[in-house]
Amino acid sequence: MISDSANPRRVRRALEDLELGARRWRLPVALARLDIRNRYRGSVLGPFWMTLSTAITFVALGLLYSTLFKMNLPEYLPFLVVSMILWNVFAQMVGDACTSLIAAEGIIRQMPLPYTVHALRCLMRNAVVAAHNLPLILVVFLVFNSWPGIGALLALPGMVLFTLNAFAAVMFLGMVCARFRDIGPIVGTVMQLAFFVSPVIWKPELLHDQQKWLVLNPFYDLMEVVRGPLLNMPPSLLVWVAAVLITTVNCSVAFVFFVRFRGRIAFWV
Amino acid sequence: MPHILAERLSIAFPLYHVGARSLKKRLLANSPLRLRTDENDRVVVAALNELDFNIRSGERVALVGQNGAGKTTLLRTMAGVYEPVAGRLEVVGRIGSLIDPSAGMDPDATGRENIILRGLFRGMDDKQSAEMAVEVGAFSGLGEFLDVPIRTYSAGMSVRLSFAVATLMQPEVLLMDEWFSAGDADFMARAQQRLEELVQKAEILVLASHSMEIVRAWCTRAIRLQGGRIIDDGPVERVTANM
Repeated sequence: MISDSANPRRVRRALEDLELGARRWRLPVALARLDIRNRYRGSVLGPFWMTLSTAITFVALGLLYSTLFKMNLPEYLPFLVVSMILWNVFAQMVGDACTSLIAAEGIIRQMPLPYTVHALRCLMRNAVVAAHNLPLILVVFLVFNSWPGIGALLALPGMVLFTLNAFAAVMFLGMVCARFRDIGPIVGTVMQLAFFVSPVIWKPELLHDQQKWLVLNPFYDLMEVVRGPLLNMPPSLLVWVAAVLITTVNCSVAFVFFVRFRGRIAFWV
Repeated sequence: MPHILAERLSIAFPLYHVGARSLKKRLLANSPLRLRTDENDRVVVAALNELDFNIRSGERVALVGQNGAGKTTLLRTMAGVYEPVAGRLEVVGRIGSLIDPSAGMDPDATGRENIILRGLFRGMDDKQSAEMAVEVGAFSGLGEFLDVPIRTYSAGMSVRLSFAVATLMQPEVLLMDEWFSAGDADFMARAQQRLEELVQKAEILVLASHSMEIVRAWCTRAIRLQGGRIIDDGPVERVTANM
């Protein structure tokens, strides 16, 4: 191991970090499993509390909004369920990302590990949590008999884009929040705002003529590439292009940041 | 050949989350030795200042000096936790560090799970980790407590577990901070023996210690740090003569 401040070879070390972190995927998997288990230690339902509370929320919200917005339930509830579940994954991931490195301080300052491990840990922890809510989507499809058909497979590339963005976000936010402790609350506020301005609980159609501008909302694009196929409303090519573009920008920014500041993380946490 | 080479190695900790502004005012008032402002106008603690040394295979080096002299920071830097802020560090050889034995332990997981977790931290596969669990279980003598969350362990039991887990390795470069204590008499004797084995098998030992007795017994060379600088480097007898 050679570290030379005059010739830091940052790009190579960042790539090595990513590669070694990915190669040792067992570690983040084990850590994420322990995280989930510890969070629900001694609870009877465990993580299924999330499923239950989400289900209750949906029934209540579905009834409320279909009365309020005068939408018929079979048309509205599948949309709401898929949107909310995706949004929750999004919001929880972003919130968790902000503390991903700060929370691992004890490990970071004691042993040299690829930082990718901490990001993957956060990603996997959230993926497991998200998986507990997926059955609800199936239940809703079953109840309202709204199976999306073969087109739903298009949600898979959507999920790949979604995951790539999540990984980049965890990497980037983990670092920025470790350095500037005010970013965490700011991100929380932004996410809250984004929830209201993005079509999560309201359908995009409500915008009528203004709908074309929605593609400028990155949250909409990333959500739509997964949601659209599942709801039998294939997203337009423009949305796909936008989602790919956003992913590229996100990953590039995160990578550049990671390359530049990887060596400083141990001093920040 | 395992070796450690440091050339003008410096580590500085920026003070991010303290009132840097008022601190800066005070800094300007009286010129301190280790707190200074760097080129970006941040207040930093100079933890290690332009260290030059070369440790060759076969050497047993003690890091001595007062609290806050930079011993543990130097160990962590050699372990790869901190990247040099200035200068160059080259560590060749498989590194094993006994800096904080309980780092990465999960209090809610059982002893066995923690052992396997530690195996994963070191990059072992499932089979190697399982073997390690058997060996650690035998050495620590925890018996049935191995399957109980370590949150419920007594202080002595925790030490037994973390010691057994931490020392189960065969590094070429052994970095060690001073933490020899606890455990009952029987365990202490075994622990001592395990440590001595580990030290003998390692090609290089770097030990940070306050105990001159241990330093004289185990080491051949001593580096004396003060305020983040090396003030003496040489045979143990000479460096520790007046300590």
